[in-house]
This record gives sequence, structure tokens and C-alpha cells, in this order.
Amino acid sequence: MADIIHFHRVSHRYEGAGEVLSDVTFTLAKGEMAFLTGPSGAGKSTLLKLIALLERPTRGQVLVNGQNISSVKSGQIPAFRQQIGVVFQNFNLLYDRSVFDNVALPLIIRGIGREDVGRRVRAALDAVGLLGKESVMPITLSGGEQQRVGIARAIVAKPQLLLADEPTGNLDPEMAREVMELFRRFNEVGVSVLVATHAVGLIKNMPYRVIHLDKGQLTTRQSPDLMEKTVDFG
Amino acid sequence: MTSASAKAGAELRPNFLARFVQSHAREVIFTLGRFYRNLSGALLTCFVIGITLALPAGLHTVVRNINLVSYSWESTLQASLFLKDSTTPAQAAALIAKLKTRPGVADAIYLSREQSLAEFKALSGFGDALDLLETNPLPAVITIMPVKNIERRVIDALVVELGEYPEVEVAKLDRQWLDRLYSVLALVQRLVLLIAGVLSLAVIVIVGNTIRLDIEAKRAEIVVMKLIGATNGFIRRPFLYTGLWYGLVGGGIALGLVYGAVFALSQPARQLAGLYGSDYRLQGLPPDATLVMFAAGVLLGWIGAWWTVSRHLSDIEPQ
Repeated sequence: MADIIHFHRVSHRYEGAGEVLSDVTFTLAKGEMAFLTGPSGAGKSTLLKLIALLERPTRGQVLVNGQNISSVKSGQIPAFRQQIGVVFQNFNLLYDRSVFDNVALPLIIRGIGREDVGRRVRAALDAVGLLGKESVMPITLSGGEQQRVGIARAIVAKPQLLLADEPTGNLDPEMAREVMELFRRFNEVGVSVLVATHAVGLIKNMPYRVIHLDKGQLTTRQSPDLMEKTVDFG
Repeated sequence: MTSASAKAGAELRPNFLARFVQSHAREVIFTLGRFYRNLSGALLTCFVIGITLALPAGLHTVVRNINLVSYSWESTLQASLFLKDSTTPAQAAALIAKLKTRPGVADAIYLSREQSLAEFKALSGFGDALDLLETNPLPAVITIMPVKNIERRVIDALVVELGEYPEVEVAKLDRQWLDRLYSVLALVQRLVLLIAGVLSLAVIVIVGNTIRLDIEAKRAEIVVMKLIGATNGFIRRPFLYTGLWYGLVGGGIALGLVYGAVFALSQPARQLAGLYGSDYRLQGLPPDATLVMFAAGVLLGWIGAWWTVSRHLSDIEPQ
């Protein structure tokens, strides 16, 4: 299976609300990076939630890394989520512990040895340009820096898939550009990336496929050099 | 997870035992650090647990001391041998001489039928009524003083054996009141157990409630943990350790309270014992009970935390 994400005719409705996703079919190839765009309420977050098993689809099939998520029992959800790195709009950092401890959390959850934790946390912080801030408390950092801590936490365990839900929503344009640049760099080393964003201006010059959702329906607009990228990683 | 990525993950991980020790050591340090940072609040909870545990432990100490005192009364026990009316004073004197040589017997005193009657008249107040009787209804008695600190089963065996002597009608140990005291103590001991049971539930509830507030305060954190793939066991662990520390420190405080009370009462207790001609000293809890207190605190704290965490953790799911 060459697809990291595969949606087949997926619909989702919340109880007491209309359909948020209607008959969505798309794939994200392994090593591909794509943007998920659309106005507020178009179903971007819901789509990401289905991938991270925060919601179960009402209809249709979702495959993540070849695994049908409907076969994942609730006890297996933690292990399932460990293969995905997630970046949030509001960073979701733990403010009672240091930057190091925040980034180390996914490794500690996996029971990785202490020396390895230190080495990999520093590598991840280095990758997001925050080396030397290990012992700082996150609350003292700027929004952009906090989001980079969030990204370091998402990639520290080397997931195959990185999901980001409006990662630049709370950032000023300069910081937002830096964050997008980070995603691009991780994609270049082989991580599959799906970024939900409404910052259309920010991404219009980036050479990645755009998956556009409107009222729960899909309209895929391909970036000009998508062919080139799929050759790179196909 | 695919088999390939699972394998890659396993290669990075130390073996199970090392992981277990490492992750628990980390939680121990982490939760102790949190305990220390919230010292006054945490100690308050521990103090409530301590008082709750101190009550049954204190009652147990009281019962234990009464038990110890009553054992020392065992040595003041006497056995009475009621002789057959056919026994002559000469036979009785021979019996006394024989008894005095027996191991376990400190002394034997003979009271003839006439002496018994005289004593009874003097002590009972039925003196005039007894004059109406034509014959003396009272038997001759030999009172036996066992040696000090003799074991109870030795005395019992002695009394049974003496009862089989041909001169002896009935042999009886004057211990009915002591047996009654023991029965009362056994009852109180059972009561202490009941109180301990109920208060153990109270400790579980106290810890459970404290941990519940803790969980509420950490709701956002738990959501984040779940989002990045933490297992329930991983999320539960710090709360379990926190409950364990509450119980451990609470058990220590309970011990401190009991020993404080023993210390405060030791002087008057010694005075009281002195008035009875005893050199008895008030005893605290024996070493094994000290261990039991800590173990009970740890266990109850852990149960309370487990009970709450398993009830509330599944309610908190990322939205």
C-alpha cells in the first residue's frame, strides 16, 4: 500500500447536526505533503479527527498506513495514535513542565531509554531551531516558538505521518511562514504531511497539492509540480 | 502499527524490565516533585488520612495495653482444691507436703472445714443463719499459688491433674473474672477491626476525592496525553503514585499521633501502675504494626486513587 491516508466515500455526521463530510474520497501518498483548505465549518477538522481516531466515520472507509481504522479497538487507539504526529492550532503544550519535558513526552510514552530521550529531544529541538531552550517553561516563549515546540513534540518520535490543524491560526505572518517552512523540511526527509489551513495566501506559492473542502464536499486542486513530487517519493 | 514500524520501535526500546523500572522511577521523582511543590495542600490531605488511621490504631494500642496488663495479672491466679469431707487433716497435711514439691507450685495453704466456716461467717454476713445448720456445709480447701509467669496451659494442666487426686472433690482455677475480661477485650478488639474497616473506606474516599479534583485540574493535560497516544496506564500512573504518597505520609502521621498520645499518657499511666504496685510501662505499637500502618496507608491511598482514576479517566476524551 503506497498510500499513507486513504479515504473511500467517507461521510460523517455529528449527532443532532447535518452531515459534516459527504462522500469524501481522496488519498495521500507516502511521503506526500498536501494542504487541506476550505472555509470554517467545511469539515477540515473533522477530516483530521477521523484520521487520528478522535471520531469514527458514519459511513465509508478510512485507511491509515494500510490499516482500516474501523478495525482499531478502543484499547489499541493509543498505539495507533503513536504512529501519527499531530500539531494543534492552540499548541496544546503542558505548561507545568519545561520545553524538554514537553518534547520528550511522546518518547516517554513509548518507554524509550533515558539517553535516547535526551539525544532525540535535542535533535528535534535543533530541527525547529530551539536548541538551548530545553529548560525554559513554554509560557515564557512567543507563540511562534510555542508552536515550534509543538512541532518538535510531533516529530520527535519520527512518525510517518504528520497532521496539523490550523497550525498557523494563532501566529503572525512571519512566524506562520517559518512554521510552514518547517513542515516543508520534514516532508523533504520523507514524512507525509497533511496541513489543514485557511491561510490560502501563505500556501499559494508552495508546490503542494491542495485538497479543498466546501460544505463537507471535496474539490481537489492540484499544484503544478505535483507530478514531480510524486515521482520523488513514489 | 505495521509490523515493520513496530520492529523499528522495539529496537530503540530497552527491555521490558528496564522500561518498567525506568518509567516507574520517573513517576516516583515526578510525583514526589509535585507533592513537594504543593506541600501545604498535600500535607493537609495526609493529615486528614493520618487522623482517620490514628483512631483505630490508637484504640488498638489501648486494647493491647489492657491485654498486656491482664497477662501480668495471670501470675496472681490461685487454684482452689476442695477436699472430700472424708479427708482427715493428716491426709490433707500429707497432700500439702506433696504439692509443695511439685514444679509450678509456689505455695499451698490449707484451710480446714472449721476455718472455712469461720471465714465464711466473717465475710458473708450470713453468720447467724449458718448457726441454724446442724452440720458444717463447707469443705476443707487447699489454696495453691502457682509460680510467677507460669503459662496458662501449664496451670490448666496442673488444675486438671490435681482434680484427679483421691482426696480432692473439685479443683478450680479462680480465673472466671479474667476470662470475662478477655471476652470483653476480644469484643473490643473486634469492634476496633470494624472501626478500622469503616475508616479505611473513609481513607479511600478522602484520597479518591482529592485525586478527583487533581484529575479535574489536569483535564487539559490528560486530553493532550491521549491525543499524542498515551495509554490509560501511562496517564493513570502519576495519579496512582500521588495516592500512594498521600497514604504513606498519612500512615506516618497516624503513627506519630499514636506515639504522641502514648508519650503524653505514659507518665500518668506509670503513676497509676505504681499505685497498684506494678512497674508496668505503657506500650506503643509493636514493630510489625508500624509496618502494617505504612502498608495500610499505601494500599488504601493506592486503592482510592485507582478507584477514582478508573471512574473518571474514561470520561475525558479529546473532542
